[in-house]
Amino acid sequence: MQKSLSIDPAKCTGCLQCEMACSYENYGVFNPARSRIKVFDFHETGRKVPYTCTQCDEAWCLHACPVEAIKVDAATGAKVVLEAVCVGCKVCTIACPFGTINYVQETGKVQKCDLCGDHPACAEACPTGAITYVDADWTGLARMRQWAGKLDVQPQA
Amino acid sequence: MAWTRKILRVDLTKGTCTAEPLNMQWARDYLGQRGLATKYFCEEVDAKVDPLSPANKLIFATGPLTGTMASTSARYSVITKGPLTGAIACSNSGGYFGAELKNAGWDMVIFEGKSAKPVYLHVEDDRAELVPADEIWGKTTWDTEKILKTKHQDPQIRVSSIGRAGENGCLYAAVVNDLHRAAGRSGVGTVMGSKNLKAIAVRGTKGVGGIKDPKAFMAATVKAKKVLADNAVTGQGLPKYGTQVLMNVINEIGALPTRNHRDVQFENARKISAEAMHEKRPTDGKANLVTNQACFGCTIACGRISKLDETHYTVVNKPEYWGASGGLEYEAAWALGAATGVGDLEALTYANFLCNEDGFDPISFGATVGAAMELYDLGLIKEKDVGFPLEFGSAEVLTKLAEMTARGEGFGKEIGMGSKRLCAKHGRPELSMSVKGQEFPAYDSRGIQGMGLAYATSNRGACHLRGYTVASEVLGIPVKTDPLVTEGKPALVKAFQDATAVFDSSGLCLFTSFAWTLADIQPQLDTACEGDWSMEKLAVVGERIWNLERQFNLNAGLTKKDDDLPARLKTEPAKTGPAKGLVNGVEKMLPEYYQLRGWNADGVPTKETLGRLGLSA
Repeated sequence: MQKSLSIDPAKCTGCLQCEMACSYENYGVFNPARSRIKVFDFHETGRKVPYTCTQCDEAWCLHACPVEAIKVDAATGAKVVLEAVCVGCKVCTIACPFGTINYVQETGKVQKCDLCGDHPACAEACPTGAITYVDADWTGLARMRQWAGKLDVQPQA
Repeated sequence: MAWTRKILRVDLTKGTCTAEPLNMQWARDYLGQRGLATKYFCEEVDAKVDPLSPANKLIFATGPLTGTMASTSARYSVITKGPLTGAIACSNSGGYFGAELKNAGWDMVIFEGKSAKPVYLHVEDDRAELVPADEIWGKTTWDTEKILKTKHQDPQIRVSSIGRAGENGCLYAAVVNDLHRAAGRSGVGTVMGSKNLKAIAVRGTKGVGGIKDPKAFMAATVKAKKVLADNAVTGQGLPKYGTQVLMNVINEIGALPTRNHRDVQFENARKISAEAMHEKRPTDGKANLVTNQACFGCTIACGRISKLDETHYTVVNKPEYWGASGGLEYEAAWALGAATGVGDLEALTYANFLCNEDGFDPISFGATVGAAMELYDLGLIKEKDVGFPLEFGSAEVLTKLAEMTARGEGFGKEIGMGSKRLCAKHGRPELSMSVKGQEFPAYDSRGIQGMGLAYATSNRGACHLRGYTVASEVLGIPVKTDPLVTEGKPALVKAFQDATAVFDSSGLCLFTSFAWTLADIQPQLDTACEGDWSMEKLAVVGERIWNLERQFNLNAGLTKKDDDLPARLKTEPAKTGPAKGLVNGVEKMLPEYYQLRGWNADGVPTKETLGRLGLSA
C-alpha cells in the first residue's frame, strides 16, 4: 500500500518545524532555504499553508527530463531525482505546474520531495497534525469523517 | 558548536561592515543572546554613555539554539543602554527574523557610531552592506517590509525595523520584525532611530549546523516538545487563548492594575479578555480572533492573529487596517485597556495594530496614557494642553493618542516621553507607575507580593520578563506560593531571575518555562553546544549574567534608591479583592534579597560574589 502526504492547512501554525526537518533529513543542517516543503503565510487572512510535491502519477518533471534523472520509487510511488544523472538543465522546473521541483545552486542539481523513503521527516516533525502521511487512496478520510460526524442522526433503540 | 562563531560589526559612522570571530571564551561563560551580547556591550561601552549618542552601541544577538529544531528556537535579543531608563536594555523578540539572521551565518550584529544619513543593513549570507534608506525613512514598519521585499525582488527576506515612533524619538520605541513581533521594551528602537538605522533586511540560506551530537540533540528536542504538548498551559491554554488567558485570572485575584493603579480590579476585564476575543461580534458575526500563530520553530503557538470589525469607528473607511494582523497579548490588552479604563476590545486591537505598525511599546504607551488621564483628572493637565479631554475610560482618547504618538504629533510627543517625564513635568513624579523610569506591566504587586521585588530589582526597569514569580504565586509553577505574603519571595525572585537569564541566552522562548525548567533546557544545550553545560554550570551562568547587568547599572550611576516602587504601591492599600487592605512589602524583601545575592547593604556585589562568578570589580 502506498501512502501520501496529506496536508490540512487549517491546523498549520507556521512554526516551520517541517522545513527544518526536511533540510535536516536531506542535508544534515536546519535550513528552511533547503527545504522541499514550504509553508506560505497569507498574512492578510491569517492562513498558513504547507505545500510540497504531490507525486503526480504522470509526472511532468519526469517526462520533461532529457536525461532520465527522475525515476519512480516503486515502493512509495515517489518521483526521485537521481543526483548523479541530473545535469541541472532545469527543464523540469519549467514543466512542473506546481513549482515543487527546484534548482539548488550549491549542488547544481534539482531537488524535490522524495517522501524520505517512506518516512517523511516533515510529517514526523509537525506538532499539530497539519501534515500527515496516510493511505494514498484515503487522503480524504479525515475530512469525510469530520462531515459524517455532523450528520445529526440518533441511533434507533 | 551551535554558534556560527561569527559576528558582524557595523560601523555606521564609517559605513563599514566587518566580520569577526566570536569570542568563544565569552560564549562559554555567557552562552549567547542576552548574556553574551551583554558581555560584549559591557566590555565595549562606557556605562555612563548618553543612550542616544553615537557612542552607545546596539547589538542584535541570537542564541546557540536559535534556528534549530528545539521548540521555540525563534528568539533574538536587542541589547543597548536604554533611553527610557538609563539602565541596560535587553528586549527579546520571536517571529522569523532571528532564525534568518542565524541562517545567514551570524551569531550577532554589533552596530556602533551613527550614520550621517538614514540607512538600512542588507544581509545576504556572508555579504553585508549599508544601503541608503531614502525610500523607507518616514515609513511604517509594515510599509518598510513591503518596500524592501519588492525592491530586492525577494519575498523570503525577513525584516526588522523601526517605525515612525523610533524616528521621532519616542522613548519607548520598539524594534519590530515580521510585522507584529517586537523587541518591545526600554526604547531599543529609539536607539536604533538615533543612529539613523531604519532596518535590517536579512536572507539566510546557510542553515544552522555544527550541532555537537546531532542524534542526541534530536532526541532531546523531541522529548522536550512532548513536555510542552502534555502541559495544560503550553499544550492547551496558550494555543487557544494566548497570554490573554490571564486577563480574567489576574482580575479575579485582585492584581489587575486599573486606572494608573488606583484600583486593582477592572470592571470591564471580561470585555477585553481572551474569552471575548473568541466571541462573535454582534456587528459582523465574526470573532476578533482569527487564528493562533507560531513563531519560528515553536510548538506552542500562542501568537494572536486578529481582524478588526470593519464598521468600528477606528477603521471605518480605512481598509488598510481590515486585514488580519498581530492581535492582543495580555500585557498589551492590560496596558491599553485596564490601565486606561478602556473596555472596548476593538479599540484596543486597533491601538495594538498601531503599536506594531509604527513600532512603540504598548505597555509603556498604555501606562503613560493612564498616567496622563490621572493628571487630567487631578486638573494638572488641561483640555487646552491636549486639544481634547483625557477622561479615564474613553476609547476615542486612547486611539487618538495612539495615532498621535505613532506620528510624533502634538500631545503624542509628550506621551512618547513616558510616564516618568510626563508626571515630573506636571509636578507629580510619584504618579508615574514605573521603576527606573520604565512602566509596570500587568500585575499589581499589592496582590502578587513577589512581583514587587521582581519589579524593583529588574535590571531593565519594571518588567514581568526578568523574574516572573506570577508563575509560582498565581499559577503554581513550579510550586504554589501565597501571593499575599512576602515570606520566601526574595529567594523565589532570585531563582526566577537567574533561570530566566539562561532561557534568554539560549535562543529559546521564556514561555516554555510554564512547562520546562532548566532541567528541560539543559539536555538540549548540552547536546548542541560544545563544552560542559551541566545544571550546575547553567545556574552559575544565569547568576553571572544577572550580576554583570547589575554592575553595568551601578556603573551607569544607578543606586539602591532605584530599586524601589512608587509610593502608591507602598502606602495606598488595594481597595478590593483578595488583596484588599494590602500594600507591597518591598522594604521587607529587599535586604534579604541583597543578602541572598551576595550584595552589600547598598546593593553592590561583594568582592567574594564577583570572585565566585568570575566577574571583575
